[in-house]
Amino acid sequence: MALLEVRDLTVQFRRRGEEPFTAVDGVSFDVDPGQTIGLVGESGCGKSVTSLAIMGLLPRKGNQVTGSVRFEDTELLSLSQSQMRDRRGRDLGMVFQDPLSSLNPVVSIGLQVTEVLERHRGMARKAAMVEATELLDKVGIPDPGRRLSEYPHQLSGGMRQRALIAMALACRPRLLIADEPTTALDVTIQAQILALLKELVTDTGTALIMITHDLGVVAGLCDEVNVLYGGRVVERAARHELFAEPRHPYTHGLLASIPRLDAPRGEKLVPIKGSVADNIPWDGACAFAPRCPNALDTCTQVTPEQESLANRLLRCHNPVEVTA
Amino acid sequence: MSEPLVSVEDVKVHFPIKRGVVLDRTIGYVYAVDGVSLTIQRGETYGLVGESGCGKSTLGRGMLRLVEPTGGRVVFDGTDLSALRGENLRRMRRRMQMVFQDPLSSLDPRQSVESILVEGMRAHELDKGREETGKQLRELLSAVGLPSTALRKYPHEFSGGQRQRIGIARALAVKPDLIIADEPVSALDVSVQAQVVNLLEDLQEQFGLTYLVIAHDLAVVRHISDRVGVMYLGGLVEEAGSDELYAEPLHPYTKALLSAVPVPDPLVEDRRERILLTGDLPSPAAPPTGCRFHTRCPWRQAERCDTERPVLREILGGHRVACHFAEEIRDGKIRPHEVEPVLVHPDEVLIAPDAG
Repeated sequence: MALLEVRDLTVQFRRRGEEPFTAVDGVSFDVDPGQTIGLVGESGCGKSVTSLAIMGLLPRKGNQVTGSVRFEDTELLSLSQSQMRDRRGRDLGMVFQDPLSSLNPVVSIGLQVTEVLERHRGMARKAAMVEATELLDKVGIPDPGRRLSEYPHQLSGGMRQRALIAMALACRPRLLIADEPTTALDVTIQAQILALLKELVTDTGTALIMITHDLGVVAGLCDEVNVLYGGRVVERAARHELFAEPRHPYTHGLLASIPRLDAPRGEKLVPIKGSVADNIPWDGACAFAPRCPNALDTCTQVTPEQESLANRLLRCHNPVEVTA
Repeated sequence: MSEPLVSVEDVKVHFPIKRGVVLDRTIGYVYAVDGVSLTIQRGETYGLVGESGCGKSTLGRGMLRLVEPTGGRVVFDGTDLSALRGENLRRMRRRMQMVFQDPLSSLDPRQSVESILVEGMRAHELDKGREETGKQLRELLSAVGLPSTALRKYPHEFSGGQRQRIGIARALAVKPDLIIADEPVSALDVSVQAQVVNLLEDLQEQFGLTYLVIAHDLAVVRHISDRVGVMYLGGLVEEAGSDELYAEPLHPYTKALLSAVPVPDPLVEDRRERILLTGDLPSPAAPPTGCRFHTRCPWRQAERCDTERPVLREILGGHRVACHFAEEIRDGKIRPHEVEPVLVHPDEVLIAPDAG
């Protein structure tokens, strides 16, 4: 049985006097223990909102979250705020993109890490401090004892991200959600953090949901990849299948539009025309149709259903042909 | 192509760090750019890469004298820019334009596209009567792929990619020779990046432009550039033709940087050997002695690397490296070893000797 089952998750933002905006539109996926799942897409595709909805971090006012998020035997969406607070940090950990704004600037690193340990594992201050030192050491922060008394501004970006990962892992969660954990970092630091995440996931058996716009990050890390567009999963496959044979025109277009370090130079990139602003609603159409090179007449008349093919899920009327 | 369009000679940009309310003492310097020399040939694209804080943007700005270099000189088409003052400098700036990273904050929200484009033309007396200018504007817009209806609109009415096109059109409006593009695509969505990269390439062909592209994304820089310079902590550590640099990086930092870039192909990713650097970039206010990279270098050798700063020297035709042991590393005579991470404090300052 899956560790996390997301079914038909839909998030609508409602504002007075405006049409409700559907940020996430019926997203379903499973995460097995120890598995790494990727959610990939551009800005506005709903990948971050999906993670916030799973964690129960969206404000209840003004948002409508429907569908189901089952974590083992518990329906997370029906938990009360305080029950959810118990779960967060203990069973579910989260790492955000910008480590500086997700750490409290006026509280020392040590206090922020031990807070989690005291709250969820009921540890005494002293024991928590010892444990915190070990945690910082495990995530590769040099001289962890001294770091504990320091404040976030005294750490570099990479070290802050490590401290956040240490906090997220403090209670050995079974599921970790990482929302663009390396986007704010330089490439050499990104490589360090990705190597660390990979190692931690392998060592502890924690399941990981990796949210990113960078297909390169996904290629090295995720077992299964969900490509999101306009709030829906448009293609899902194991990573080797997805990159070898992207079938959805959007996935295909994304891969053709990024320059690669290892490919011969001199070839023109093939961009996707238009921008996310050209999306049309999914009702009675495919949101990607205005930008799609494969678009048919049906694409603006009928909403494509999610179909399962031999090795993937696909939502497209006219997928890219397999070449080989 | 003997005479380069731009030649940068030992340029330094040091920013003073001030403390104190009354006395305003200078307690140290941020060595943002610390002695960089390079040349850019007419019609080529020179790519400048490096991580945040390496001084690549400051160098670009220093070349246009948007920040005043504290040392060295920049020669543009035979003219020493540092000697220019007032009107002469202003006239020279027409020939060197800049495209910025964030198209929204570099365009005035209260100016229409037409007024944004005409402003520069007017300043440089390129606005020759209503008809002529109108024709030029339409040509300009079609060159960057925007409809002529865009003239009356305002920046907020466009998407990120279109805004970057306006920024490029603004630079082109004054018919420059050199365009310095500072992170021209990094604020854009992946699918839109390729549009702007292709546009830059087309325009270069059409108008015979010379580019300096500053970016942290190595894949983009490799794609667009003829030659690439790699910067680390204010200095150029390696420079080579784009293909040579990526085929055989000689500086340990370049090696690590290239190996850290994720490739969107699982087959490649599974086989790749990464050179993981330990620790963080040292503070440019307190750069390490000797080779700036020695604190993180897996090939560091005792003594020499810590004390003597390597100069950029040519190893193969057109391939310059600032590493004492580049050949030995290439030939496998020195093996990489473990590196203990060194603590880096972001606000660390090297106390300056009394400025004399």
